[in-house]
Amino acid sequence: MDRIPILRMGDLLLVTIQVDMHDRLAMTLQDDLTNRIVQDQAKGVLIDISALDVVDTFIGRMISNTAAMARVLDATTVVVGMQPAVAITLVEMGLSLPGVRTALNIERGMALLGKRYHE
Amino acid sequence: MTSNFGSTDSTEADVEIKRLPVQNSEELVMLRKHVRDLAVQLRLSLIDQTKLVTAVSELARNALKYGGGGEAVLRIVRNGPRHGVRLSLIDAGPGIADLDMAMLDGFTSGGGMGLGLGGARRLVDDFAVHTTLGVGTVVTITKWKR
Repeated sequence: MDRIPILRMGDLLLVTIQVDMHDRLAMTLQDDLTNRIVQDQAKGVLIDISALDVVDTFIGRMISNTAAMARVLDATTVVVGMQPAVAITLVEMGLSLPGVRTALNIERGMALLGKRYHE
Repeated sequence: MTSNFGSTDSTEADVEIKRLPVQNSEELVMLRKHVRDLAVQLRLSLIDQTKLVTAVSELARNALKYGGGGEAVLRIVRNGPRHGVRLSLIDAGPGIADLDMAMLDGFTSGGGMGLGLGGARRLVDDFAVHTTLGVGTVVTITKWKR
């Protein structure tokens, strides 16, 4: 079955979404990430969506839910790399990703999580 | 009972490009790709491409969730010097009982975020719904090239 790889860096988990996800793939990612937070005792999750050219309400909800689950497990989620056209579309549609922290790129996302990039 | 929201201008000429099935989320991914390709071909701006593809994704999801799947018809539409992408999503589901309510943000009967129809409408230039209880729903959206 298809899976999106989750990389561990210290106490962070990094996910780079590089495909247009169908629903099952998105739900598998949500479950995998939640499991890995506990397994790897991660304190932070970085989700890189710079390759995503569409974020609809389903994917938006998946991201919000993942962030909420991470929070309950004492980890912080930062979504990085959103394309400007995606940001404009989300806001016009009325979806503001409540409870999700964002950063322009991975470096700033790591800074937000209190890490130095070249540690 | 039949209800309508919005309409399409009958003076506009359109040409059917493609018909695509929307029966599962893999086909939804394919539909997004075909719509994106057509929007690129018509040189819609990147922002307009993104808005259109996102609106299509929302409507196709509705067709899957409430209509039990359906079909998408992709067209190029012309009106004088203007041209654009027009897409109809056709399902043979139960229809929408209260269309005015369904157009409101925050209204959902399916446990979603309630942005589907209203959210999609804000992303496109023209938006029309034709629904008949027990027969199905057709949603037609148009994004014009600026």
